[in-house]
Amino acid sequence: MVARSEVMSGLLYGVRSGDWFTAGLGAVLVLALAWHYWQPGAGERLLVKRGGNVFLETSLARDRDVTVNGPLGVTRIEVRNHRARVISDPGPRQLCVREGWISRSGQAAICLPNQVSVEVVGKAGGYDSLSY
Amino acid sequence: MTASVTEEIEVTAEDHRLARLAALAVSLMWVDAALPSPLPGVKPGLANIVTLLVLRRYGFATAAWVSGLRVVAGSLLFGSFLTPGFMLSVSGASASLLVLWLAQALPEKWFGAVSLSVLAAFFHIGAQLAVVALWWMPSVNLMPSTPVFAAAAWIGGVANGLLAERLLAKEYHAATA
Repeated sequence: MVARSEVMSGLLYGVRSGDWFTAGLGAVLVLALAWHYWQPGAGERLLVKRGGNVFLETSLARDRDVTVNGPLGVTRIEVRNHRARVISDPGPRQLCVREGWISRSGQAAICLPNQVSVEVVGKAGGYDSLSY
Repeated sequence: MTASVTEEIEVTAEDHRLARLAALAVSLMWVDAALPSPLPGVKPGLANIVTLLVLRRYGFATAAWVSGLRVVAGSLLFGSFLTPGFMLSVSGASASLLVLWLAQALPEKWFGAVSLSVLAAFFHIGAQLAVVALWWMPSVNLMPSTPVFAAAAWIGGVANGLLAERLLAKEYHAATA
């Protein structure tokens, strides 16, 4: 906030309080975009397996519903907003349903009785350790 | 912009001024084009300094004329008239002018050239990205690249705003000295 009559010197000559506000708002926008689109560690793809075999590999960026038929019945999975979860499963203990939303690379929800697993994998598709 | 077609086109002092300012803006476009760019499509947009100066000095109508003439004359010089690049120039310049028109309502006591420049830069790149995303490449997800373009707009907007502020003050000092 340098007065207009002041000597013309300094990089910020003539910058007013509102300018700080506008530039600050712009910087916030840039950071928000970067934060939103470049979230570090966020998984890229979702790997759904049935009985140890890949049933479906899909992008987390695309919202969709997946139903998988296992030995006990139907396991329902949903992908929303770069996250995935098991909505319902016929298994007795509901461990994979209680796992909740998974979004980070390496996170998984495993419905063992129904032989269905849902795993988030990174860009490189790191098949870590997932076996029955 | 009144011209009699019967005898001779009357050229007013206003026309001369517009032409002079537009020529200045076009020459700054050449400087822009000559500067090495880190990313295709990312330019400092030095010609917008002229738009800002004209807006503050002569008002919105003159600024719109200078900006429009700059886009058309510049594209003729660069050989890009009516090409996709020209469409990008037009959309960017139109969006900038729109936000500058709205930003005139901001009190000048608190909002200087930097505010105008940053707003114009963001709308400029926003409109261009919208054209590319909705019209040219609807199947490509451009969103992950938006932070880069937004950051470039921010840097260019602030830098041009600071330059414009200086030039306006210089003009002011020269006039009052």
